[in-house]
Amino acid sequence: MFSSFMVNTWIVASIVAATAGLVGFFVVVRGASFAAHALPLSTFPGAAAAALIGTNEIFGLVVFAGLGVIGIDVLSRRGRPEVATALTLVMLLGLGTLFLSQTREYSQEVYSLLFGQVLGISAADVGPITVVSALAAGGVLLLFRPLLLGSVSQDLAQAHGAVPRQVDLEFLVILAMASAVAVPVVGALLVFSLLVGPAAAARNLTDRPGVAMVLSMAISLITVWVAIALSYVTNWPVGFFVGGFGVVSYGVGHRARVLITLPHSARTLLQSRQ
Amino acid sequence: MNNPLVAIVEPGFFVNGPVHVALAIGGGAALISAVVGVFTVMRGQSFAGHALADVSSAGGSASLLFGIRPLVGFLVMAAIAAGGMEIIGARQVRERDLVTGVVLGAGLGLTALFLYLDATMTSASGAANTVMFGSMFAIAPSTVPLAVIVGVVALIMSGILYRPLLLVAIDPDLAAIRGVKVRWIGLAHLLVLAMAVALSAMTIGAILSTALLIGPAAAALRLASRPSWAIAIAATIGLTATWGGILLAYDSFYWTPGHGWPVSFFVVVIVFASYMVAGPTGTALARRRAAALPAPALVD
Repeated sequence: MFSSFMVNTWIVASIVAATAGLVGFFVVVRGASFAAHALPLSTFPGAAAAALIGTNEIFGLVVFAGLGVIGIDVLSRRGRPEVATALTLVMLLGLGTLFLSQTREYSQEVYSLLFGQVLGISAADVGPITVVSALAAGGVLLLFRPLLLGSVSQDLAQAHGAVPRQVDLEFLVILAMASAVAVPVVGALLVFSLLVGPAAAARNLTDRPGVAMVLSMAISLITVWVAIALSYVTNWPVGFFVGGFGVVSYGVGHRARVLITLPHSARTLLQSRQ
Repeated sequence: MNNPLVAIVEPGFFVNGPVHVALAIGGGAALISAVVGVFTVMRGQSFAGHALADVSSAGGSASLLFGIRPLVGFLVMAAIAAGGMEIIGARQVRERDLVTGVVLGAGLGLTALFLYLDATMTSASGAANTVMFGSMFAIAPSTVPLAVIVGVVALIMSGILYRPLLLVAIDPDLAAIRGVKVRWIGLAHLLVLAMAVALSAMTIGAILSTALLIGPAAAALRLASRPSWAIAIAATIGLTATWGGILLAYDSFYWTPGHGWPVSFFVVVIVFASYMVAGPTGTALARRRAAALPAPALVD
């Protein structure tokens, strides 16, 4: 499991998981689940296109993540945001089916791109993935206040001089970067679980944004580490374990919230009776 | 070869068995998706619709493993997901999206596992492709009766739900005051949605069925102000996209010899194009309607 050919996987997976946990916190507080699902999935045709013309996979993923951001942003200017997201997603996926139909040796690749593959990471991928992840993390830290304010109250954010539309777009770009690099590890369909599961659990455990962010990163890291270890042992897809863990951590977080708030609400109830 | 129709419709299109099945099931899927889609878009549940379709892929991939009909697999899994979302269901939109997301993640995890087992335990190669992106020309003719039953049930249910669902879509609080059981209507809507996405998943694939569900409905809602008109327009767009897509995909075997282009690609392109055209057209229509009305008195 820790042999030399797995070293890249462990490094990349840890970087990707930490970034997803960090960005995921804002996905949850901003209610951007659909975008967080659509953007990683939209990057999938990028890998197919990259294979067709023979360029670097990460490059293709980043380009299509960019197209996803542009599509969602442009279409939601004139219509409902969730319709814009849905149509951007299916249009890019439609392109993906076209690319796939033009090659024959690709059907195994389809599976690993959608559901993740532990052994898919080469040494050449480590550099680009690290750079893009760092950019995404940097973006989050730089925009921490407007991102958080916008999620609490649009009016408050505007009063502090933030432009909601612009912040939305900046967030989409950050999300796209985090998605593109996570796709080769956990797969286009389950990057989303990594973005939403740990952050949702963390938010249930604490009300302080800073603590929640760190907690979210920690849960995300544990999820990915355990998923890879289990996947290595059982040979089952990484995505299955990541998806399952997402549900478990959300459920545990929810229970814990009830337990944390229960004594408090019981006490207030008692006080109000007296 | 002077017949211009031959240039559009390649030879053999109307006598081909798989094409007949594709036209029938594809048409039915498009019709029901369009009807349900209008309510889905109006209620702002595009994400839920997409999530149901994605989760249904777990059923589609499991059906290959257990040797049951794919349509049954898609249907059962979509219905389970619909029930799951409604049970955990939260009233707040943001929390609802999160719950949808968690159910979606769990479903996709299962899909991953089933597809892996498909590949290792059965000889179903390319299962990921079939389940996710559809296989319009590979539908078993024996599925047609079942698909027709599902379609008819879905249409009847939409007919019964029409008025209460419309009320819930426009104003849930008002609907509750007027004695509509909002929760039950919501669940019934999700179940019809499950039937629609199961049929679409059979044809253009689980992750692309959103195109037929959301695209035509969103385009129609830009054009029509009345729900009944919107449903009619959405159905027309959906049928055009599906049948047009099947025709173009059939023709494409002659464009690039050896391998045709996927139906799903053409369907998505037609749906997307009609949404893009519907925007400006709808604005122009609204302007003309406003111009036809007597000018309102100027206030300031």
